[in-house]
Amino acid sequence: MLKEALVKKLDYDELSNCMRCGFCQPACPTFRETGYEAASPRGRIALMKAVADGVMEPDKNFVDQMNLCLGCRACEPVCPAGVPYGQLIEQTREAIEEVQEHPWWVKLVRKLAFFHLFPHQKRMYQLGGLLRFYQRSGVQKVVRKLGVLSILPKQMREMEAIMPEASGKGIVDFFGGTVIPAAGERKYRVGMFHGCIMDVLFNETNRNTVRILSEAGCEVIIAPDQVCCGALHAHSGEREQARHLARKNVAAFHKADVDIIVSNAGGCGAMLQDYDHLLAEDAEWQERAQWFASRVKDISEVLTLLVEPKEWQSLPQRITYQSSCHLRNGMKVTKEPVNLLQAIPGATYVQLREGDRCCGSAGIYNLVQPEMAGSLLDEKMGHVAATQADILVTSNPGCLLQMKAGIHRAGLEGKMEAVHIVDLLARVQQKEKPLSPPE
Amino acid sequence: MLPESIREELCAIVGAKNCLDKKEALVAYSYDATPMQQALPDVVVMPQSTAEIQQVMRVAARHHIPIVTRGAGSNLCGGTIPVGGGIVLVLSRMNQIVEIDEQNLTITVQPGVRTVDIHQAVEELGLFYPPDPGSMVISTIGGNIALNSGGLRGLKYGTTKDYVLGLEAVLPNGEVIRTGGKLMKDVAGYDLTKLLVGSEGTLAIITEAILKLIPKPQTQRVMLAMFSDMAQAARSVSDIIANRIIPGTLEFLDQGTIRVVEDFKQIGLPTDVAAILLIGQDGEPQTVDRDMGQIAAICEKNNAVQIKVATTAEEADEVMTARRSALAALSRMRPTTILEDATVPRASIAPMVAAIQEITERYDLRICTFGHAGDGNLHPTCMTDARNTEEIERVEHAFEEIFAAAIDLGGTITGEHGVGIVKAPYLEWKVGAAGMEIMKGIKHAFDPHNLLNPDKMFAKQSRNRVVIQRA
Repeated sequence: MLKEALVKKLDYDELSNCMRCGFCQPACPTFRETGYEAASPRGRIALMKAVADGVMEPDKNFVDQMNLCLGCRACEPVCPAGVPYGQLIEQTREAIEEVQEHPWWVKLVRKLAFFHLFPHQKRMYQLGGLLRFYQRSGVQKVVRKLGVLSILPKQMREMEAIMPEASGKGIVDFFGGTVIPAAGERKYRVGMFHGCIMDVLFNETNRNTVRILSEAGCEVIIAPDQVCCGALHAHSGEREQARHLARKNVAAFHKADVDIIVSNAGGCGAMLQDYDHLLAEDAEWQERAQWFASRVKDISEVLTLLVEPKEWQSLPQRITYQSSCHLRNGMKVTKEPVNLLQAIPGATYVQLREGDRCCGSAGIYNLVQPEMAGSLLDEKMGHVAATQADILVTSNPGCLLQMKAGIHRAGLEGKMEAVHIVDLLARVQQKEKPLSPPE
Repeated sequence: MLPESIREELCAIVGAKNCLDKKEALVAYSYDATPMQQALPDVVVMPQSTAEIQQVMRVAARHHIPIVTRGAGSNLCGGTIPVGGGIVLVLSRMNQIVEIDEQNLTITVQPGVRTVDIHQAVEELGLFYPPDPGSMVISTIGGNIALNSGGLRGLKYGTTKDYVLGLEAVLPNGEVIRTGGKLMKDVAGYDLTKLLVGSEGTLAIITEAILKLIPKPQTQRVMLAMFSDMAQAARSVSDIIANRIIPGTLEFLDQGTIRVVEDFKQIGLPTDVAAILLIGQDGEPQTVDRDMGQIAAICEKNNAVQIKVATTAEEADEVMTARRSALAALSRMRPTTILEDATVPRASIAPMVAAIQEITERYDLRICTFGHAGDGNLHPTCMTDARNTEEIERVEHAFEEIFAAAIDLGGTITGEHGVGIVKAPYLEWKVGAAGMEIMKGIKHAFDPHNLLNPDKMFAKQSRNRVVIQRA
């Protein structure tokens, strides 16, 4: 069954394009950790091809190796043959998901999350409101004091401990509308992709993004019908649902007729940029998907074009940067965030050793593969500690949470903070206090 | 399938988690970087010490099970494919740098250390390990030694064989031998060190190596020289060396490769030139400056249409991009990329490239050539599709003629990739019948039961070629 699904979904041409040179291996976190060929991109592609060629059955070990992959795509930039590994692993996971029998509770959680929560932004806000109540009403304090959380696995406890303050309202509510005019002369009409989790857990980052863009001369359109980007779905094998979400987003931004679609989350941005591939076989949507994908840019790319660091305030602190895998390997954005950080007056930029290596967050990877994620995070925090930085900057919500968890885990709280690049830039170009959420 | 009792014996030696026979493991260790070659082993064993390897070897000997030793599996001759099944012995977990001896200028390493890690470790101390095979970011030193790997610095600094001073190895009977040592002179008996270097895992399992280090060159500089005529590029190579200059790097791209690289990278290479030379020198700053000046003059005298000398690190990087991108650019053209390594005396590069072009056209194929001009080691690279069996057959015939042409020009069938299974049928062309006999005798002396990497280097049948001409 799985075999047929794989044969149907896998792009055999791309499997054949792997020349098995092995150049991907030093870039692969799970290979580096295990030294095991099957836990490397070359190995996984060989396994996929072996299934497609009928050399092996896709058994449990096969599935385990596919699930162990972080999907960080660090193997792609170093591949001489340009094999799109990220697409191959997604095709594999889609096939696995199609035939996999989950226990009832996993089915329930997946169904709730992937179909009834993430795609419905209003429900995300409602959940955000509940979480906010939990955090603010004192319930959280009581729960923590009672030790109720000890029943949770370690990774979940760590996540609870660093969870940022949630919001029950999205940025449209905050700005009271979907069109925020440019301060001064209008240079671009920019569509703001607000994300599903971003707009609930990192609402302030979204607000700062809109503000910075507006001040930099962008008319910001928060397309009202936009939904979750579908990255979590695609990475978990729910590619059909990802396509469904993609069509909604393409329609929403196409209608808004924007010059640029800006993302402030590397994971979302890479997914949005991939819509042309995702909808390649959909004749009706193909053209608009290309229109959409070609307009997607990361916030750091847009700001590099528009901002003037001379007006920034001095920030005499040590800053280091953990790059988001999908921003780097998916969107190919590497220099812009670093250039922006280096331009901050008074700040000392310290390069993070292996700052281009996955932190282990990888969507929900840190929850489903806690052992591998934990060992990657510990290694990461060793390098982070060595920078002696005051501020650890990232550019993706998953990475940011993971870095906060890492700081907690490594006992660096009070010595170092993890900050989204947009929030840091808002801090240095602050002319007024950032908008505070209405009570 | 191995009997359960043998698997248990192996597990008892290395531990169950280092002894794998699940299908996924067998598939993962069924290939290396060689196109179109694959065979499943019966079991994958990952030892962590010489003592474990000895015990595994004894089990294999007792039950007559073939053993293929493997590092990163980056070789291009099929050298690590378990064609006869049996045990794949993965040495990547024996990856410790045992010692860097700054008094004797040596480094002692286990076989699973990556070549690039050796470079890094010694360069931090101002020392230098010159061999730099193209795959050095993944390849392990054990594999480099077993295949006597070359690289871009072969002309000036030599290849792996010139840096191996001593070895520890497990013989097929389970005994351990130690050859050479931390000494530069040693004529006690046959030179078993040199014999094991390049023996492709057919004689013994290398478990430790002592390598020679040299001081790190102070500076390095590079230039690109472009020629509208292949012969003039080749003459420049000869003239540079005739002028008593040995460059650190002397690489070459043919027109086909230039076009593909430019198409891929858009770095502003002229696509109408016949050849590009990438020339680099390293050493004392004054010597490097002097050499680079003289090299530029020689290229100009040979009608180079353009010379680009890098003055900054960024420019050097840009210049290197042309050569570095060659394989990536070529490998994106078609699904299957066959990278070969016919080698000729450097004075014969022009006729060799002409021969490759003629053969390519006659067989209606797409073969581009780049490589190490300084040492005559060329990489004719064929872009094809393994699924097109009719074309693959033509590819095979074409390469056969290319190897024959290399021999006719006084060259060899492989300069740095090794014989393995891919070149085995042609080995006799190079070494002759008597040469084959003596080589087989050596194999028999080490490995009478033919346990180590069987069917490699010695094909069951050699290709017929009646006349061997020597230039």
